[in-house]
Amino acid sequence: MNLGNAKDKVKALVLPLALLLAFEAWARASDLQSDSLAPPSAIITALAGAFADLSILAATRDTLFSAFTGLALGSMIGLAFGIAFGISDVLNRLMEVTIEAIRPIPSIALLPIALIALGFGYRMEILIVAFACVWPVLILSRAAVRGIEPRLIEVSRALRLPGAQRVWKIIIPAALPRIFVAFRLSAGIALIVAVTVEIAINPLGLGAGIMLAQQALRPDLMLAYLVWIGIIGYALNILLVVAQHRLFGRAALSGDSP
Amino acid sequence: MNLSAILWRVASFAVAAGFIALWQLTANLKLVSPVFLPGPDRAWAALIRGFSSGDLWSKLAGTLEHMAYGWLAASIAGIAIGAIIGSSLKMRTYVAPSLEFLRPLPVSAMIPVAIAMLGLTQAMALFVIAFGAIWPIMLATIHGFAAVEPRLYEVARSLQMSPIAVISKIALPSASPDILAGMRLSLTVALILSVVCEILAGLDGLGHWVLLSARAFRSADLFAGVILLAVIGYLTSVAMSLAEHRLLALQAAQR
Repeated sequence: MNLGNAKDKVKALVLPLALLLAFEAWARASDLQSDSLAPPSAIITALAGAFADLSILAATRDTLFSAFTGLALGSMIGLAFGIAFGISDVLNRLMEVTIEAIRPIPSIALLPIALIALGFGYRMEILIVAFACVWPVLILSRAAVRGIEPRLIEVSRALRLPGAQRVWKIIIPAALPRIFVAFRLSAGIALIVAVTVEIAINPLGLGAGIMLAQQALRPDLMLAYLVWIGIIGYALNILLVVAQHRLFGRAALSGDSP
Repeated sequence: MNLSAILWRVASFAVAAGFIALWQLTANLKLVSPVFLPGPDRAWAALIRGFSSGDLWSKLAGTLEHMAYGWLAASIAGIAIGAIIGSSLKMRTYVAPSLEFLRPLPVSAMIPVAIAMLGLTQAMALFVIAFGAIWPIMLATIHGFAAVEPRLYEVARSLQMSPIAVISKIALPSASPDILAGMRLSLTVALILSVVCEILAGLDGLGHWVLLSARAFRSADLFAGVILLAVIGYLTSVAMSLAEHRLLALQAAQR
């Protein structure tokens, strides 16, 4: 998609603005009374209200804390296994069946197990987020380590670098651009899983906030939460894409279509 | 498969069996409370018991049904809308950016909205599953249609093909690798959303089964349900990639 020039950016805004205006006009004209819809002006008022009493900020903090802690945990586990499997073909082949058996478990299916083992709260949510974040990092970092220029490995052998230093000085730097792509994917997944767990069962964060607003028959507040969750998802995505380009520039693009 | 590949596979199964044995040992020694962690023997027994009493069959059928209907609806709508947007430059500049903006939205955040509109019903579940599963398919279709070699369109114009013929004979075949990849991604989304909707709305299915088992601390039944969900995830993704290879090979042969 070409968002390069300003004219296209303006054109991109036409449709959403027109829809919002039409909806606002229709809601006012028909004097909308609904449990599921609210005009955009009411949504903005509700969002401002939720900011004023800080409730939405506290919920955002809870959700992001769970998502990022789970992301950190899952990425580290995925990275450790991914690098180990990438370096050692023997290990990779031996673990293949085990990994293939665990990976297709839908992360959300772990929810009841986490619930009886850890109860409600941050810990069960972090566990589920971590499980979901392991796989993209594991798969992509394994592929990244395998794709390292073999001569680099030869050099490290010739230099007689010990194993830990070989990983730290040669393998991780060489695979880092593609590992970051995996991390970016996982970050998106972390937010989605955290919100999903909160909506399904866990009484904290943005997901619980939107469920409460729905049960309180406050469509304006519910849709305000929805808009805010969308903004956070979008901002996180943009932030990571910008970080990727800043940090790795051209090198990152080579691994961008896994 | 040659001999060494088979031997590696056998070794790999042996390692997996080792892990299961370790799991059994952990359960037998009660290193983790049996309330949380049943041994593989108890999970297996629960699986057999569930299937022979017919309970698990109906739950399995429920989940598969939610997943299949939602996914099929998403595939049809996603390809159709994607084709419309992807084949016109105007639509691509005006509509596609809005879609890109919506994409990072966690789909599950739509669940409360769907509940408010449709209640805790099957219709709500189908709407949520289809809404979630449509994104990968629609965006892949738009991308695939936009990436069609422009000279093919020129050829079509000089042959005076109708727009429908252009889509079915040129654009769809050329975009099908993208579309199939999108459809494979949305299978996973459909499974996850089915489970979430079953948990929330108490609809007949494995999601409801695992939640009830957890509430009653019947951990063996719970693990049986989770194992079954993993099997669904695995088999559907294998079936989809087989279909993908078949179709693409067929297409390559036709060229």
